[in-house]
Amino acid sequence: MDLFLQLTLAGLAIGSIYSCVALSVVMVYQASDHFNFAQGEMAMFSTYIAWTFLGMGTPIWLAFVLAVALSFLAGIIIERLVVKPVENASVLNQIMVFIGLLVIFNNMAGWIWEFTIKPFPSLFPEDFGFQSDLIGPHHMGVIGLTLLVLLITFCFFRFTRVGLAMQAAAANPDSARLVGVSVGWMLALGWGLAAAIGAVGGILVAPIVYLEPNMMSGVLLYGFAGALLGGVSSPGGAVLGGLMIGVLENWVGQYVPGGSELKLTFALILIIAVVLFKPAGLFGRVVIKRV
Amino acid sequence: MKYPNPITRNLLIGFTIAIAFGIALPHFVSDFVTYQFTLAMAWAIAMLGLNVLTGYNGQFSIGHSAFFAAGAYSAAICIEQYGWGPYEAILAAAFVSFIFGFLFGLPALRLEGLYLALATFGLAVATPQLLKFDAFEHWTGGVQGIFVPKPEPIISSISPDQSLYYVTLFIILFLMAVTWCLLHSRSGRAMMAIRDNPIAAKTMGINTALVKTTTFGISAMYAGVGGALFTYASEFVSPDAFNFFVAVYILVGSVVGGIVSIPGAIFGGLFIVFMPNFAQDIRLAYEWLPPPWAIFGVFLILIIYFVPFGIWGSIERLIIWTKQKVSG
Repeated sequence: MDLFLQLTLAGLAIGSIYSCVALSVVMVYQASDHFNFAQGEMAMFSTYIAWTFLGMGTPIWLAFVLAVALSFLAGIIIERLVVKPVENASVLNQIMVFIGLLVIFNNMAGWIWEFTIKPFPSLFPEDFGFQSDLIGPHHMGVIGLTLLVLLITFCFFRFTRVGLAMQAAAANPDSARLVGVSVGWMLALGWGLAAAIGAVGGILVAPIVYLEPNMMSGVLLYGFAGALLGGVSSPGGAVLGGLMIGVLENWVGQYVPGGSELKLTFALILIIAVVLFKPAGLFGRVVIKRV
Repeated sequence: MKYPNPITRNLLIGFTIAIAFGIALPHFVSDFVTYQFTLAMAWAIAMLGLNVLTGYNGQFSIGHSAFFAAGAYSAAICIEQYGWGPYEAILAAAFVSFIFGFLFGLPALRLEGLYLALATFGLAVATPQLLKFDAFEHWTGGVQGIFVPKPEPIISSISPDQSLYYVTLFIILFLMAVTWCLLHSRSGRAMMAIRDNPIAAKTMGINTALVKTTTFGISAMYAGVGGALFTYASEFVSPDAFNFFVAVYILVGSVVGGIVSIPGAIFGGLFIVFMPNFAQDIRLAYEWLPPPWAIFGVFLILIIYFVPFGIWGSIERLIIWTKQKVSG
């Protein structure tokens, strides 16, 4: 039973990281109907930035805040410079641009910081003042910090002017424009927030998977799976989806024979299954298309 | 109503020039360059498959590396474990990857646009892990992979590299002709009708499910044949050689060459093989520049901005534009 609880709690911790990635995927999707295939590489790049600050002797929390802030700015700049020109291009060309971004970030990271695997310190102390056999301090911290990030995001969208304007721009761009919301900038802001939340995910996952340019490819796949499972039209659902994926991943790894080696295949099967049987996800709204 | 004959004089002239150029090439360049052209054509075959699927049937795939790998591995296994000759093994590769593609096409039926892109993205990311899986190790050789000897020359007077080049050239020309016929047939028109308006296509009595899954199968089959030839040229298969970036190469090549075209695939294959070398040369000349693949990524985005129809698509548009200028 202890093993089961340990697995579940560790799964929740990993799952909260997937939630961050899923949330950033959903944020971009809601704002502009894109899946950003470069989201994982952007988060990886942010993590390297945090690592560079650490190397300069910055305290870890300051490095974290700086990296997240820079990612936010970078997200906005990328949207304005790279994504905006293909706003009206075909879906295929948009996907190509994201893949171009993915290739660029992956190779730039390898060029600047080399492809060697680096250890990354945890944001959290070794000891929170109490011990538990069921969950380690990093995992505990991850769950706490993710919940905090989600709470902030929720409040931002629910209670601030800018958050509401972003929702309006996503839900109905034309009407939003008529009441004076700058839809283009709201999109850019969405990209910035997505990049920032992705950066949180990257910095949290780095102590677990180690820092290297390809560290996010699996995480991004799980993030996509989480977003789909929860429903791409529902940020809250995406978060729950991410958590569920984390727990399921751990259970499958332990209890299904061969499961630990085929974790990515499991994510793939899950994605296909969700899209086949419940395309709107568990918490998404069903979109009916008029013919 | 009488339709114009689709076999035009320009088409025949173009095809003949292409064949003549292809046959003459190895006599003028080194074995290494011949080998590079063989690789380019192997990629081009896979891209041709993707063109049929995405360009003419409207189904996305960022996961063609999986079918490329399926073909490569089935050819390698047939040669290594069952002692088949390399050319029969290509047929096995075609068959196996067709089956895989057809089966993957079944769930793909319910997926549209971005969602299909997402599912195939998952397929591409999961492929290396599947190939490493313990239970298949007996066949796949696990992480080690399989060595495949370069096929013996078909005629003793030419080198193995030249021989493989000619075989690949023959296969790609054959497949291009087959694709052309397919696209100008009833089935080809059905494929395009589904791309343009699935509901109208269904109303007209097209079995959309069957056409879409079969197209997926055919497309995967091309990718598999390309994968097998790629393996013969590089003499080796291993799981990490079929990572997500292989899928990216195939997709990038297709789009750069012109995804709604047949000859575009050749330009795509050449782009994928020679562009990184070009980027490498630029990098050697200007050492402060980022690494070749990052330059490649920048090129890719610029091409999407400025040549959105790909190389062949732009050539076609240029021809039409000049014709209008001349006649109007």
